Amino acid sequence: MTWDLLSDNLIYSAIAVYVLAMLAYAAETAARVNRGVEVTAEVTAEAPVAVGAGAPAAAPPSRVAPSSSTAGTPGARVGAVGSSLAVLGLLLNLAGVVTRGLAAERAPWGNMYEFAIVITMTAGATYLALLRRQPVRDLGAWIVGAIVLTLGLAVTVLYTPAGDLVPVLDSYWLVVHVAAAIISGGVFTVGALTTILFMVRQRHDARAARLGRTRGRYAAQLPTADTLSRVARGAHVFAFPIWTFAVIAGAIWAENSWGRYWGWDPKETWAFITWVCYAAYLHADATTGWRGSRASWFALAGYAAFVFNFFGVNMWIPGLHSYAGV
Amino acid sequence: MRTAVILLSLLAVAAVPGSVLPQRNVASDPQAVVRYFVQHPELAPWMDRLSLFNVYGSPWFAAIYLLLLVSMTGCVLPRCARLWRESRAAPPPAPRHLSREPEYASLTTAEPADQALETAAAALRRRRFRVRIVGDEVRAEKGYLRETGNLAFHLSLLVLLVGIAGGRLYGFEGRVAIAEGSSFTNVSAEYDEFFPSVWTDVEGLEPLSFTLDSFDAEFETDPAKLGEPRSFDARVSYESEEGSGTAQVKPNSPLDINETKFFLTGHGYAPEVTVRDGTGAVTFSGPVIFLPSDSNFTSDGVVKAPDAQPVGLGFQGLFLPTAATDGRGPVSAFPGPVDPQLVMTAFTGDLGMSDGTTQSVYTLDTTNLEPVLGEDGSPLRQPLAVGETMRLPDDQGSLTFDGVSRFANFQVAYDPGKEISLVAALLLLGGLTTSLVIRRRRLWVRVTDTAPAEGFVAVEVAMRSLTRRQLPAGDLEAVSLALRGPDTPNPSPSTQTHTQEPNR
Repeated sequence: MTWDLLSDNLIYSAIAVYVLAMLAYAAETAARVNRGVEVTAEVTAEAPVAVGAGAPAAAPPSRVAPSSSTAGTPGARVGAVGSSLAVLGLLLNLAGVVTRGLAAERAPWGNMYEFAIVITMTAGATYLALLRRQPVRDLGAWIVGAIVLTLGLAVTVLYTPAGDLVPVLDSYWLVVHVAAAIISGGVFTVGALTTILFMVRQRHDARAARLGRTRGRYAAQLPTADTLSRVARGAHVFAFPIWTFAVIAGAIWAENSWGRYWGWDPKETWAFITWVCYAAYLHADATTGWRGSRASWFALAGYAAFVFNFFGVNMWIPGLHSYAGV
Repeated sequence: MRTAVILLSLLAVAAVPGSVLPQRNVASDPQAVVRYFVQHPELAPWMDRLSLFNVYGSPWFAAIYLLLLVSMTGCVLPRCARLWRESRAAPPPAPRHLSREPEYASLTTAEPADQALETAAAALRRRRFRVRIVGDEVRAEKGYLRETGNLAFHLSLLVLLVGIAGGRLYGFEGRVAIAEGSSFTNVSAEYDEFFPSVWTDVEGLEPLSFTLDSFDAEFETDPAKLGEPRSFDARVSYESEEGSGTAQVKPNSPLDINETKFFLTGHGYAPEVTVRDGTGAVTFSGPVIFLPSDSNFTSDGVVKAPDAQPVGLGFQGLFLPTAATDGRGPVSAFPGPVDPQLVMTAFTGDLGMSDGTTQSVYTLDTTNLEPVLGEDGSPLRQPLAVGETMRLPDDQGSLTFDGVSRFANFQVAYDPGKEISLVAALLLLGGLTTSLVIRRRRLWVRVTDTAPAEGFVAVEVAMRSLTRRQLPAGDLEAVSLALRGPDTPNPSPSTQTHTQEPNR
């Protein structure tokens, strides 16, 4: 079997394993959501002064079924299986990337397909690294879901056989500039999904505080808004300088390749927009009254710009980066 | 901060139209704006008035970033002054209730009070805190680099502006196509396109010249990616004030002569032809640049022989590196010269080159020209392989396809501000990273009771983060350990500690 065929098969295997991981995570969440309802019912039965899923203002919003206290439940065991499968999927993904590099005899991030299979790897690795330090397994289903979606698009729409690149990409700046973009992109992905969960949880808490009761069974069992907010901010703060470096490295490469370090090519423009959105996020996050939900929208705008820069600019807008071939 | 958020949002939104609408001075397609005007004759002039085809040079875009920079400077300069003062003054006094701080420990030490404070201060200095002993307390602070980095990041944007301005005011860009064997001298008239800046010294361009000795291109022959370029390689010999030599110019590897850089950005074919007029005299001979119109280098071009006798000759047509035909006519099937053909139609008459008006070398003005007709009455059009000759009827002349040369497109750039921009970018990245990584924190040590037990002193230690990130581990422990001393394996029963996350 040739390297490129092996790489393709490894990526297909990775998709299969990621799908299983996603199902396991979903099953865990379902079990936890249902268990949360039972707890609510019990508590309500014993104490009519409802202290349910979304405990109102008095106590800080707490998880009905924190993972620590449910370690032995079937749901948690399924979740742990999900994490193991995610690790296995990540290893297959990694092997797929490495063999792709061997097939093409260069750094395996020279076109959209390769960019996609590498960014799923960095997003998955970021999530799993985070999981060792933070109670964020609720993220799992969404991260792995996004990975499956991206890999699915990669093998169907973006696929291109392994091969040489056009001469303008023959530069070590490709390795540096694109690697930085991929790493920051993977971390931004985790940051964006965490931000969405944070906003879900925060709305839930606000509603629970206002009404004294809650309907959001899913939101109620998420990690606390504080935890999610901290994780999201950490991801963004980690990725932002790397993204800055990616843009600067791109500018240096552009100077060396086209004779100008900034020319408002659509790719450059959207990298700039992404950067400015995240800069606005960091400022909003340090502004009283904007912290939390409001600031989060800026982070999501930044991520939307990043995603558009990858799909939209490559596919619909002609520019100097158009060789990034589908 | 709110101003910054609003202006940053505006900046992001304002940058969008320039990526969607065609822009002048954006390299990828210089004709895009012209085409847009043709397609939207009503709308385009209005959009032009709003600078929508030059967004990044427009007054409203400049207004946003200048406002941003002004508000940023107004915010940052006072912060610089404050940091300067803070870094020279003593760290602020301890709050009354140290036990309310996020990290706290109370312990007893066998040292006398003065000695205990000195010990704590020494331990903190070892950990690179700024330390002052005032009365019965030690005040310490660390992590001033965070604010320094933050300020450096913001001020680097001003440096960047200077760098950009340097390029915009003194630099230039240009483009020139050079056929194999031809030479180029660096004066503005020799450029195909030349874009000087406001204060570019147009008469004083770097004195240099070079000859394109050869140009080679390789293309993918694997069917899956047939025709994708694989390597470009231009060999030039140059002469400049600093000496002469030869150089290899490739993508990502420009010819750099004293900051004037020549980038290989494109290429094409320049068929070598010889034109003989009706008298049999050679009126033109040499390579003619044909401009590629598709990725397989189907190329358009013209050959002009205005001085031919008895009547001027002009030729217009296609060059095909690998000849083929599709439904619409002859095209090239592969970018490499596998089966080169020249397909030309001929015209006779006045080429309009003697009346002094400038004319593109790539088009033929056919207003005063007659097409040469073949025997069937339609314009004469004859595919030529290398070495073949097209003879015009009635001994009006001939065109011989002698061979295939290539030409290389060079993007020429001179940007005296780019080193400043690079310094600004490094400052920006370094400042940003520092400001996000370093954690600024304050630590206090206070003697609370000089005699809780015979020969002991009670001490409180507390620490606070001035940032939203968690406190790093180790500072408080190090001070506690220093105070207890290595001889006290079992800390006194009154020792208590707590840690909590910063609740800011």
